[in-house]
Amino acid sequence: MGLIRARFAGRLGRFALDAAFEAPAAGVTGLFGPSGCGKTTVLRAIAGLNRLAGECRVGDETWQEVGRFVPAHRRAVGYVFQEPSLFAHLSVEGNLLFGAPKRWRGPSFEEIVDLLGLARLLGRGVEGLSGGERQRVAIGRALLSEPRLLLMDEPLSALDQQARAEILPFLERLARATALPMLYVTHDMREIERLADHLVLMQAGRVVASGPLADMQSDPDLPLAAAREAAVTLSARVAAADAGDGLMALAVGGARLLAPRVLAREGDALRLRIAAGDVSLALSRPADSTIVNSLPASIRSARVLNDSDMLAVLALDEAPGEARILARVTRRSWRELGLSEGRAVHAQVKGVSLQG
Amino acid sequence: MQGLSPDVWIAVRLTLELALLTTALLLLLGTPLAWWLARSRVRWKEGVAAVVAMPLVLPPTVLGFYLLIALGPDGPGGAIAGLWGARTLAFSFAGLVIGSIVYSLPFVVQPIRNAFEAMGERPLEVAATLRASPAQAFWRVALPLARPGLITGAVLGFAHTVGEFGVVLMIGGAVPGKTKVLSVAIYDYVETSRWREAGLLSAGMVVFSFVVILATILLGRRAARAGS
Repeated sequence: MGLIRARFAGRLGRFALDAAFEAPAAGVTGLFGPSGCGKTTVLRAIAGLNRLAGECRVGDETWQEVGRFVPAHRRAVGYVFQEPSLFAHLSVEGNLLFGAPKRWRGPSFEEIVDLLGLARLLGRGVEGLSGGERQRVAIGRALLSEPRLLLMDEPLSALDQQARAEILPFLERLARATALPMLYVTHDMREIERLADHLVLMQAGRVVASGPLADMQSDPDLPLAAAREAAVTLSARVAAADAGDGLMALAVGGARLLAPRVLAREGDALRLRIAAGDVSLALSRPADSTIVNSLPASIRSARVLNDSDMLAVLALDEAPGEARILARVTRRSWRELGLSEGRAVHAQVKGVSLQG
Repeated sequence: MQGLSPDVWIAVRLTLELALLTTALLLLLGTPLAWWLARSRVRWKEGVAAVVAMPLVLPPTVLGFYLLIALGPDGPGGAIAGLWGARTLAFSFAGLVIGSIVYSLPFVVQPIRNAFEAMGERPLEVAATLRASPAQAFWRVALPLARPGLITGAVLGFAHTVGEFGVVLMIGGAVPGKTKVLSVAIYDYVETSRWREAGLLSAGMVVFSFVVILATILLGRRAARAGS
């Protein structure tokens, strides 16, 4: 498995852009940060659409270094723009095949058309398509150019709520069905939580931090953990598809969690999201609580969030080495229970949401 | 059209030949020029654009005067004509084609440039990320997307060449079958009191102009719809 290595410097409106990161050339890497922080500029520079000083390497290919700039059309990228930007003079099929090698409808054509649900649109012009359909065609068009790296620039942000809900599952399927590495730019943490394995955090033209998603989410020094909707995304396996009472059992390392059943088989991989606000702490396993998930854990670190709240980072005893989870508790209970770093506790997880 | 003298048909035919040839050459020359004007970032390109647009405001006689000098025995046109033993390009069909190209250039370049500018950078960026070289992007994306502009430019260039009078009179005179085009013929018929021919040709030009203008309006509306 290779690496994506990028380092760019230049001007970006009012501030200087000086961004450098490394990410695995596998899975989905989210490029996350507030609007105007330079995410799109970095993505365009990786595609060769913007020319900034710097370096760019993907796997064993060098796309840019001092004295060398491979033009955009010689870089094996697929690029999905914020707006679908379909070619108005071509049909859906013409758009899809535009970048396909020799415009040949190979076996991958059928696969990608199926994956994106485009079969019944092929002969149509692009005019009458809905926003969601257009973006699906744009994604298919990028995939069919046989890229080594898929770049997505806020592909959902120009769409309405309904179209977003329609496309997100396609992207999840895509991320799991192909070995294609993706760089995914967004300012929406929910998209990151559903798609990304790795995260590059940007702010005002700089890369603040980068690393595996769960590590970044549970790092108390990063703004993610302090956010109102702070959460940790964990990968789990289905331990029992039917645990009775409409629940299923999930395994994160050796820790077991119960969650409402979804259609899945034993052994399937699922992503689950545990919000900091849904985790409370107890000193002993509560015998009389409505909460079904109570996990022994130890407090790794803690910090004051605001006047009333504390944030604790917990390591699960039954899943050593697995990701940490976050708990937001009141400062009053923290003091009254005498909690401190290193204390053994029981993490009571009120809500576990499955991310598909 | 019984009873019309053969010289009417000679003039019609000559006019169509001139206009078709001029339009074809204008598309060939005007498209790359429009592309450059739309995409280049050099500062002096608007100077070039102004030169291209000059025939819009220059009196045809002034344009004709300079063309006459350029095409004449002492100008570059004369030197070119010397290659095949002629003295001058003035008062010849070739000279008329050159004059028409200069005269109608802005009518062809402007709509094509507008079409290239209206499509913006994005389709070309998309093409580049789909492995199309700049040349392929031009042929496969920019030209097809600029089609309404190309058609409008061709129609306007053709119509404007058909209607040209002042420049023709200056550099072409009225040599039947060589430089005596419709507009000059109408003038001649009026001079010699052949009102019937003058009237018929004029009426024909009115119908022709109406069809051309209507066609450009309809094309423009179609392009606007396709672009939305």
